[in-house]
Amino acid sequence: MEQQIRLTKLANCAGCGAKVGAGVLAQLLDGLPVRRDPDLLVGFDKSDDAAVYRVSDTLALVQTVDFFPPIADDPYLFGQIAAANALSDVYAMGGEPRLALNLLCVPKSMPDSAVHDILRGGYDKVYEAGALIAGGHSILDEEPKYGLCVTGFVDPARLLTNAGAQPGDVLFLTKPLGAGILTTAAKADLCPADVLAGVYARMATLNKAARDAIQPFRVHACTDVTGFGLLGHALELAQASDVRLTIDTAAVDVPAEALELARMGVLPEGMYRNRRFASAFVQADGVPLEVQDALYDPQTSGGLLLAVHPADADALHDALRAAVPSAQRLGTATDYTEGARIILR
Amino acid sequence: MIDARGYSCPMPVVMVQKEVKAHAPQTLEVLVDDPCAVENITRFANNNGYTASARPDGGDAFALTLERKA
Repeated sequence: MEQQIRLTKLANCAGCGAKVGAGVLAQLLDGLPVRRDPDLLVGFDKSDDAAVYRVSDTLALVQTVDFFPPIADDPYLFGQIAAANALSDVYAMGGEPRLALNLLCVPKSMPDSAVHDILRGGYDKVYEAGALIAGGHSILDEEPKYGLCVTGFVDPARLLTNAGAQPGDVLFLTKPLGAGILTTAAKADLCPADVLAGVYARMATLNKAARDAIQPFRVHACTDVTGFGLLGHALELAQASDVRLTIDTAAVDVPAEALELARMGVLPEGMYRNRRFASAFVQADGVPLEVQDALYDPQTSGGLLLAVHPADADALHDALRAAVPSAQRLGTATDYTEGARIILR
Repeated sequence: MIDARGYSCPMPVVMVQKEVKAHAPQTLEVLVDDPCAVENITRFANNNGYTASARPDGGDAFALTLERKA
């Protein structure tokens, strides 16, 4: 019998927490030439979830790539989460995934069965999404990593970006927060097993049901909440749309265990990185530090953040709750004049 | 004195939690070399009746001093 491996012990950073910080990324990209093309509807310069290229008046390609070190010890679960996370970028643009390529880094010492199980998790999620896996690339590396390059389709008229939010829009989030804190705690066996099982199940859940449920409604902007945390991604949306967002922190679903762990200083490094990047744009007066921590907490395979026409908000909320019970109505967008981009209440 | 050098988060803060829970020391010196540990231990200290100050201790290391609030 093969030795039982604990995958997260092989990883320096977990999941999307391994992302290069938003501030550092901007420096790294600074000065690189950006080529423009009228058919490149969403490109590198937009801080959006995926690139979108118009092929015809009714068809655009959505392309994204995402991979990271193990966030779960179970290889099959890690594969599922990595795939759900990669596919999510296509859903966040309003698209449907069609084709995926594996990206795999494996240590020589890793048992073949574990590698196989990671891939099996990926295949299962890609097929659940209705897409195909058509190939991939694998290399030897000391730290295991897995993810996918995903291509999807979207009708350009139904394309969702993070730049379309309008004053008056109502904000929704489709999954709870706290995944970064709780998976960090799990490294020291501090996360209760049932809570951790819930976190893993949510991370392995496709954003397909949420994307499908919002189709009939006027959704003005959408992004998925991953490594930069709710506030990092909300800030990108607010800046790209030139609006101010007001978030009712009492409406944000954060497991009580995550708040308690935050009070005990069990926080992932990415939380501090996200806070440093975004806090100058966030007014958080009177909001407890641990609640702020949860809002800056890096998520892996997080939910969709939506800005919705106010007249459609109630109906969308009902439809969304039926498909995705964890959906939360978070707040509103208003005109931006000056000062903080995001107000926490 | 806790030497948490070589440990990555969340282990250093967990080591401090255990010591505080077991002995409630008046002061506690902690050595770390993970920058995140400085922030996590400071966060824990502030929320649990201690003040914390950190200073560079050569290379990547930091020395933290926790003092129980009066």
